[in-house]
Amino acid sequence: MVTDWFTGDGDDFRLLGTRCSACASVFFPREDGHCRNPACGGGELAELPLSRRGRVWSYTDSRYRPPSPYVSDPELPWEPYALIAVELESERIVVLGQAVPGITVADLTVGMEVEVVPGVLGEDTETTWTTWHWRPTGVTA
Amino acid sequence: MTADVAVLGAGMHPWGKWGRGFVEYGTAAARAALADAGLEWRDIGSIVGADTVRGGYPGYVAGATFAKALGWQGARVASVYAACASGAQAVNAARAQILSGLADVVLVVGADAAPKGFFRPAGGERHDDPDWLRFRVLGATNPTYFGLYARRRMALYGDTPEDFAQVKVKNAALGALNPYARYRKRVSAEEVAASAVVADPLRLLDICATSDGGAALVLSSMEFARRRGAADPVRIRAVSTVTPRYPNTVLDLPDIATDSAATVTPPDETFRASIARAAYEEAGVGPEELSLAEVYDLSTALELQWYEDLRLCGEGEGAKLLREGATALGGRIPVNASGGLASFGEAVPAQAIAQVCELTWQLRGDAGDRQVAGARVGLTANQGLFGHGSAVLAVR
Ligand SMILES: [Zn+2]
Repeated sequence: MVTDWFTGDGDDFRLLGTRCSACASVFFPREDGHCRNPACGGGELAELPLSRRGRVWSYTDSRYRPPSPYVSDPELPWEPYALIAVELESERIVVLGQAVPGITVADLTVGMEVEVVPGVLGEDTETTWTTWHWRPTGVTA
Repeated sequence: MTADVAVLGAGMHPWGKWGRGFVEYGTAAARAALADAGLEWRDIGSIVGADTVRGGYPGYVAGATFAKALGWQGARVASVYAACASGAQAVNAARAQILSGLADVVLVVGADAAPKGFFRPAGGERHDDPDWLRFRVLGATNPTYFGLYARRRMALYGDTPEDFAQVKVKNAALGALNPYARYRKRVSAEEVAASAVVADPLRLLDICATSDGGAALVLSSMEFARRRGAADPVRIRAVSTVTPRYPNTVLDLPDIATDSAATVTPPDETFRASIARAAYEEAGVGPEELSLAEVYDLSTALELQWYEDLRLCGEGEGAKLLREGATALGGRIPVNASGGLASFGEAVPAQAIAQVCELTWQLRGDAGDRQVAGARVGLTANQGLFGHGSAVLAVR
């Protein structure tokens, strides 16, 4: 659904951003057109895998079914999921994502360490949409 | 400092779910503002509309739609879209015309009939639209972001859900006094606590609803106001419509990530704080001179954030200011004397204009039971999706 936002499997799974060759600014979701730093004369934007681990900036959940274009099966009861905003230390960027299934807000605190893992956003008979999830480190389920 | 423009008239259509079209709400508000100004529609040289989507029409309309409904009379026309800042940009466009001498008197109108439930992006597969992406990729609704801000405040400053609830208690008590508000019933902290969680830690009564509504203003040059016998009108002294500065490091609607601060030092104030500062600087007025403020309380927790962004108190002291009663009616600096979005709900193109209507009535001393005693200086603060600042500073 979104092209080249992440890559790899297992421990090699990474979010993919881009980095400006002139000012070293990092962008996620990837910026492939022009560097958005207003003080930068403009450089080449090269793909950059982001750090696997970061710290929880904040978190919440979604107790009501989000409207389309979020895809969910209206036949099934709504299962809330947690959303985590994670600060990556070396990039100094905050990236929002869903938590792995089974993690609720009760499992989270601001500042705790989480890592990015591959996940499934949704599926129908034809398509499985893959995505990234955040998972507290030390949780393997 | 720039010159003032006069607010000759203010008008609203009551907010709520009326099941009618936005043209009707806007036209009713416009007629009320014209009557308040003592002017005929034919006296108006220019109309500026804050845009909304017309059902069935693939785009945004406003100025000419209201002009047609009021009766074509050849006025200069403009329409502006800036999401929730549309109303402030409409006020700003009108003000620019007046100060440049293009128009003496301008009608500003915003109205909408909002859909029920969550706001959502327009249809289609739109991978280049951050608003579409956050729904499709994350299911991140607007309350998601309000929940993130609220939880962050709890972690950083020790705010509690009970503090958030007290914002609703305060605003509902004020909305009960406002005939234009949608919700006119007091709410208790227990009722907030008993309402369903929408986005942890926020509950249904912490989050503003969607509504129908309309608001309008008649603005003029000070010279025109004097000629019309308005010697001492409410005056708009500043309009802030700034963008953020790179790198914007607070995760903001509708974005999935912030700018990186790894190689460029972030500005020493947030986007929201810069919106207010721009208005203060343009007006030559400081926060200590404010009599009241109308802020964009999409959630109860966000109102506390605005206290700090408007520099009504220090960082992290919003809940303390609330607990002291400073922002209640009768306090040092009443906030959302209108009842705020908590009592009105969102009618996107109208809300920034409605904030200025409230300042106008307050600064005239016409706000009835919710009057802030001796109000002389008022500030509105608002924020439009996709990086639109919005603040209006008015004086009497
Ligand atoms: Zn650059």
